Amino acid sequence: MVYLVAAYLVFWGLTFFYVLYLARRQRALEERMARLRARLNPELREEHDELR
Amino acid sequence: MRLWERLWMGITIALMVLATLAVFVYAPREAKMGDVQRIFYFHISTAWSGFLAFAVALVGSIAYLRSRARRWDQLSHAAVEVGLVLLTMAIITGSLWARPVWNTWWTWDPRLTTTTITWVVYLAYLLLRNAVENPETRSRFAAVYAIVAFVTVPITYLSARLLRTIHPIVLGPSVSSEAQGQFGLTPRMVHTMVLSLVAWTLLFSVLLWMRYRIQRAQETLEEMEAMAEPS
Repeated sequence: MVYLVAAYLVFWGLTFFYVLYLARRQRALEERMARLRARLNPELREEHDELR
Repeated sequence: MRLWERLWMGITIALMVLATLAVFVYAPREAKMGDVQRIFYFHISTAWSGFLAFAVALVGSIAYLRSRARRWDQLSHAAVEVGLVLLTMAIITGSLWARPVWNTWWTWDPRLTTTTITWVVYLAYLLLRNAVENPETRSRFAAVYAIVAFVTVPITYLSARLLRTIHPIVLGPSVSSEAQGQFGLTPRMVHTMVLSLVAWTLLFSVLLWMRYRIQRAQETLEEMEAMAEPS
């Protein structure tokens, strides 16, 4: 039973941490994007919006 | 997040919960191995999804070499990363199953060896990508590498079917008389197996989509940052 529980902790745990990792990367990109938006001219801003 | 994305993720989470319930409640206890056999439902599903990810990387790489469209390279890159996560789960949980059944955490059996080779080959894909600075060269090199690397997938699949191995074959007949932990599937076990495979395939597609979007956004952002730099 210990091995079974450990295995399902691995399945759910690794999935959870990978999703968390992706969410953090996404948030970091959005912050970088926000900083860049402030520097970009209006024409490029439209291209940026397509990314979101 | 768009509505269809929310729906897609909602269905995936619901199926994953349902599959977990099926594994623990609906599927019967296997006579010889007992509860530890329940590891197999997700173990096979993660291995399948991992290999599916490498197949996506193969298709993406071929499409990139034909079209030179960056989105195919981004898809391949994302697929390899997600595939590695899934294959890592399959390897760790396989080891957790092996300990009580084979009385060892690890053995250099043909199936385990070929799986490890596949894992290392795709890990090298990610490491080598970072070593090439020129984006065009990197994408071209990665595409050729991913095509060649895919050879390890059918070899891993066939290793337990063609070679003498102690690894059981759950789907299809076993040719090796030395397989340890072999078991037959009852109808309830088959339902659970199918549900697990569908749930993990869907989860793989969600993870791939999330990772692909990040890759796409990151590369476009890097280009825009370079454009915004004062020359």
